Amino acid sequence: MFKFLLRRSVGAFVILILISAFTFAMFFAIPQDPALLACGKNCTPQNLAIIHENLGLDKPITAQYWEFMKGVVAGRDFAVGHCDAPCFGVSFNNDQMVWDTIIDRLPLTVSLTVGGLVLFLTLGLGAGMIAARNKGTMIDKTFSSASLVLSSMQIYFLGPIVLGALVYSTGWLSAPKYVPITENPAAWFVGLLIPWFVMSLIFTANYTRMSRSTLIEQMQEDHVRTAKAKGMSERYVFFRYAWRGSLTPIVTILGIDLGALLGGAIVTELTFSLAGVGRLAVDSVLYKDLPLTMGVMLVSAAFILLCNLVVDAVYGFIDPRVRLS
Amino acid sequence: MTTLTKTEGAPSPTGAGSFLSVRDLHVRFSTEDGIVKAVNNLSFDVERGKTLGIVGESGSGKSVTNLAILGLHNPRSTEITGEITLDGQELTGASEKTMESLRGNKMAMIFQDPLTALSPYYTIGRQIGEPFRKHTGASKREARERAIEMLEKVGIPHPKTRVDDYPHQFSGGMRQRAMIAMALVCDPDLLIADEPTTALDVTVQAQILDLLKDLQQEFGSAIIFITHDLGVIANMADDIMVMYGGRAVERGTTGEVLRAPQHPYTWGLLSSMPRLGGDVSQKLRPIEGTPPSLLNPPSGCPFHPRCEFKDKVPGGVSCTGDRPLLPEGRGAACHLTPEQKRTYFIEQIKPRLG
Repeated sequence: MFKFLLRRSVGAFVILILISAFTFAMFFAIPQDPALLACGKNCTPQNLAIIHENLGLDKPITAQYWEFMKGVVAGRDFAVGHCDAPCFGVSFNNDQMVWDTIIDRLPLTVSLTVGGLVLFLTLGLGAGMIAARNKGTMIDKTFSSASLVLSSMQIYFLGPIVLGALVYSTGWLSAPKYVPITENPAAWFVGLLIPWFVMSLIFTANYTRMSRSTLIEQMQEDHVRTAKAKGMSERYVFFRYAWRGSLTPIVTILGIDLGALLGGAIVTELTFSLAGVGRLAVDSVLYKDLPLTMGVMLVSAAFILLCNLVVDAVYGFIDPRVRLS
Repeated sequence: MTTLTKTEGAPSPTGAGSFLSVRDLHVRFSTEDGIVKAVNNLSFDVERGKTLGIVGESGSGKSVTNLAILGLHNPRSTEITGEITLDGQELTGASEKTMESLRGNKMAMIFQDPLTALSPYYTIGRQIGEPFRKHTGASKREARERAIEMLEKVGIPHPKTRVDDYPHQFSGGMRQRAMIAMALVCDPDLLIADEPTTALDVTVQAQILDLLKDLQQEFGSAIIFITHDLGVIANMADDIMVMYGGRAVERGTTGEVLRAPQHPYTWGLLSSMPRLGGDVSQKLRPIEGTPPSLLNPPSGCPFHPRCEFKDKVPGGVSCTGDRPLLPEGRGAACHLTPEQKRTYFIEQIKPRLG
């Protein structure tokens, strides 16, 4: 297990370095000078040169990359002060430390992800199980078609409808707003209720379909029939044998979704005007903010890699055939 | 449908006294393409300590019959009629709860493919111990002890350590042994073995068969042994029932059926089987054609489209129109006269067997 974790961690590290280099190169491939935005309307070549120097854009790209990566590992000094490792530099736009900005935005994204996760896993797996157990009946058909309709919905379509219905026309709920859980748990909960709900509906649909089909597949398995032939109750066979077997594909998809959500649920955040990591990612590109882009990219990538690592370790718990010696 | 089964209803005296008695069993599946008549008008008995061999090709209804005895069909799409009594207890109308308490306890099944029939997620010991705990109320530790005892009985070396292994750590033959241990853990009175050796190589096959025979002697269980391998059945069974197209077409003791078979299908089965010490120049004769569709079974005798003797049947009856009945006891469901059966077998079939 330790060897496995070590090997995977080294692999993840290499991937992160590759992603950083690629992102850096992509950024400079944009045919627009990032300093232009900071320079403003009456930009003179002198001003532009000063800004270039301030932002470090006058140096060769490789030197800039080296500086940046050195900062991530060892920290860096800026005009605004020292930046501790991991240092993703100072934003081109607001002179704030990128790391601090990300840390500031992260609680919202984590809240959104965790709340949504609890909701869509409970609803999705639950509905999938009910549908699978009642395969071919009206219940199954209702669940299956509902999930088909929902999974073809989009957050930016469903979101405004729900907002319109629950907030603007009836006033039952106030517009989504993030309040830190440490400050006021109730307000945190109420503020995120609509985003959770809308986000979950779409994910729920996918998990319903997924768990239904894998469960039905599992129930046809020979070993499930053997368990029944041993006289184990239907319930026992369903949960201990069929369900256990359906976990692997679900965990796989969950790992991918979870990593992506932690890296910023861009559409959800934009739809509900919430300022999380996803919003940050969009802004960083819009404002040609190199340090911010790098920071968001690397943090998101790290989340995805971490989730994949966890998923691979979890496989071993689910299926002894892939258990690591 | 009902009228058909009524008219052909063979004399079926109640199997009173028999340990397992199956009477007029019909199994129908509804599928998207229509109703599959998987088993029709099937009656047989098995006594304690005896082995009934059921022979037939794929889709002849052998496995379906036995799944029906265990009540393992999906009740939503399956219609089972007829009577199945085990030790005086009616099974066809029994509640799910009753069936649960019998399965794995009084009647157990060994499945065909040990690679897929064991769950990959739990240890061998747990899978063997599970029915024991359920049916006897034993504790976890007692179940484990019992699992070790059973593994030892079926000849797994180092049962104390192997009990904690997962199925993928076992070889094919060992998995089949573990399956047998699992089926026998509650000392079942009826053991159904569905092609238990098909997936195994020949040496292991022989060991498994010996093991089953030894265990039968020890426990006195009744065994239903399903196979398409006549060589295996000659070794194992006391009685043989040959099935074709969801019906029993011939039955008798093992000696009777193998030495003096009466049904053209049984002749075909025997002719298509190689024999040790047989004449090598003698060609094997496959049965021409394909098994009948159970969605749309042939009229009359289900074997008539493939039967090479259908023109020999004396006037008055037609193989395509009248369904031959299987007499009670020794006999075959065929319109040929007893003399014809005897002469054709001796003159035409026996020389082929070499």
